[in-house]
Amino acid sequence: MSDQIPTTTPAAETMTGAAGAEAAVEVRGLNKQFQTASGVVHALEGIDLTVEAGEFVSLIGPSGCGKSTLMRLIADLDVPTSGELTVFGKTATQARLDQDYGIAFQQAGLLPWRTVAANVALPLELHGVASAARRTRVADLLEMVGLTEFADRFPDQLSGGMQQRVAIARSLAEQPRLLLMDEPFGALDEMTREKMQTDLVRIAADTGAAVVFVTHSIPEAVFLSDRVVVMSPRPGRISDIIPMRLDAADGREERDDDLREASSFFEMVTEVREALHGGASDAENPAPRAARGVDTR
Amino acid sequence: MTATRNDQRGEVAVRPANQSGAVANPARTRLLGGFLWGIAGVALIALIWEGYKFFGPDNGVLIGELRVLPRTTDLAMPHLWDMMTRLAEPVTRADGALPLWAVVALAALMTLGIAAAGWAVGVIVGVAFALLMQRWRLAEFGLLPWIVISQTVPLIAFAPIVKSWGSRVEIGSFEWQDWMSVALIASYLAFFPITVGALKGLQSPDRIHVELFDTYAAGYWPTLVRLRLPAAVPYLLPALRLGAANAVIGAVVAEVSTGLQGGIGRLLIQFAGQASGDPSKAWGPIFGAIVLGLVAAGSVALLGIILKDYRRTEEAA
Repeated sequence: MSDQIPTTTPAAETMTGAAGAEAAVEVRGLNKQFQTASGVVHALEGIDLTVEAGEFVSLIGPSGCGKSTLMRLIADLDVPTSGELTVFGKTATQARLDQDYGIAFQQAGLLPWRTVAANVALPLELHGVASAARRTRVADLLEMVGLTEFADRFPDQLSGGMQQRVAIARSLAEQPRLLLMDEPFGALDEMTREKMQTDLVRIAADTGAAVVFVTHSIPEAVFLSDRVVVMSPRPGRISDIIPMRLDAADGREERDDDLREASSFFEMVTEVREALHGGASDAENPAPRAARGVDTR
Repeated sequence: MTATRNDQRGEVAVRPANQSGAVANPARTRLLGGFLWGIAGVALIALIWEGYKFFGPDNGVLIGELRVLPRTTDLAMPHLWDMMTRLAEPVTRADGALPLWAVVALAALMTLGIAAAGWAVGVIVGVAFALLMQRWRLAEFGLLPWIVISQTVPLIAFAPIVKSWGSRVEIGSFEWQDWMSVALIASYLAFFPITVGALKGLQSPDRIHVELFDTYAAGYWPTLVRLRLPAAVPYLLPALRLGAANAVIGAVVAEVSTGLQGGIGRLLIQFAGQASGDPSKAWGPIFGAIVLGLVAAGSVALLGIILKDYRRTEEAA
């Protein structure tokens, strides 16, 4: 566990104080079904997953595999049909009410009428943080994402990458022990994307937060994660969980751009790719894919 | 909106810090352009008026029995310059009579005051309805059709009823004044666009923003104050302007149909009755009513300048 001090409500502190090694996210036998006009859609089926405190876990898979749904369930934006889901040992709803997580979506989702600084301050403002404390915190966060001189700009005056950095700063505003990110770099160009990944690795290491990161980019998942969760669609299942054995990965802060060219990086990319395609040997045959999904569940 | 659209072009990543100078120039040019086009439009109407009066037959243009274009006599279509000079002349031949323009201005001012009161009531009622309908879907289903139907009732039909009801209202020392009936009728016309605009605005936040506030465990009121109301501003501003124009129309019509003295509506009727002897005089209050509408809509435009930051949009660059 990290050395980070929980900054949530007193109630949350007493609950977590005793259980320092508690998992950030604990999922057992989770199912989610959607009722649509054309029948019941099994978005998620039999999901088991544990995200340790301070761990960086990526969810990867083709569209429709339920990776975003899983993240929304953790965020309590949706309710599971059945199964167990706890966040720091509490229900997802309680974790949301206690502000145990920060969240960032594919779009930055900044409020256009607020300046960069006011956008980052929004969660602090909503939770009654005094204005002086708010100002210092916002200044720190903007420095962290390298946007100090843009504090007074409005979102429409920033590039997409900058907007996304503001959104990440905002998600970190309350020093959450868990970060939920749904393809936050999906809309960015490749160069900005790599820079943001490097930044995120650094930020996650600095704050010691656990991260659940949804992506459909294999190199992104490999570069960022301690473990990559490979999912398959219809119904959405976890088909494989691959720990990343990267040479430099003892500490996350060691991950830099050199890693992108290391041979261990490419080995891991290959392994994730093969898992995604249901095993290298029978890549042309779709049948074993489902079998494998059942096996590793 | 204009500023945003202007900003969109050209800049790829970040606009230079001194952007205000760069943006102001095209904006000013556009403002000047708009002003010139406005003058050109007025000049065109004047030209058509005088042109038809000069070339058109005295008896107007008739197809069979049907007159499709009006007579061009001085009685039916006074010269524009006659209308203007008439404005400067005294309203009657009595000693110490005010010039026509002053009489019109005073009447317009009174009507503006009544319309403003009606507009204010319309804003309160309209926003209240919108809040109610945004909060409860059922209220939207139940109320919105009635609100639409309310606007199909002709003003003339219920103006006298409002007046007669009003004259019976007496609570303590408060006594219902006739102008209040007129303001009430004005508010009846003003609230409708405001309700519709405010409802659309309150419902306008993207799902991503609503969910973000959910993740912050923000309740109804914080979400309303920090998300829904600011997001409603771009929808509310045109609605308020429409409401202002409606309030003016409502006030003028209600003055006529309740017979309230002193406002521009009354003046319109009174001077129109004198048109056979003094045709230019009848145009005085018409110009007054036009200026009144412009002033009302313009005041709301000022509100838009104050709230300009709320009209920004989030653009993915």
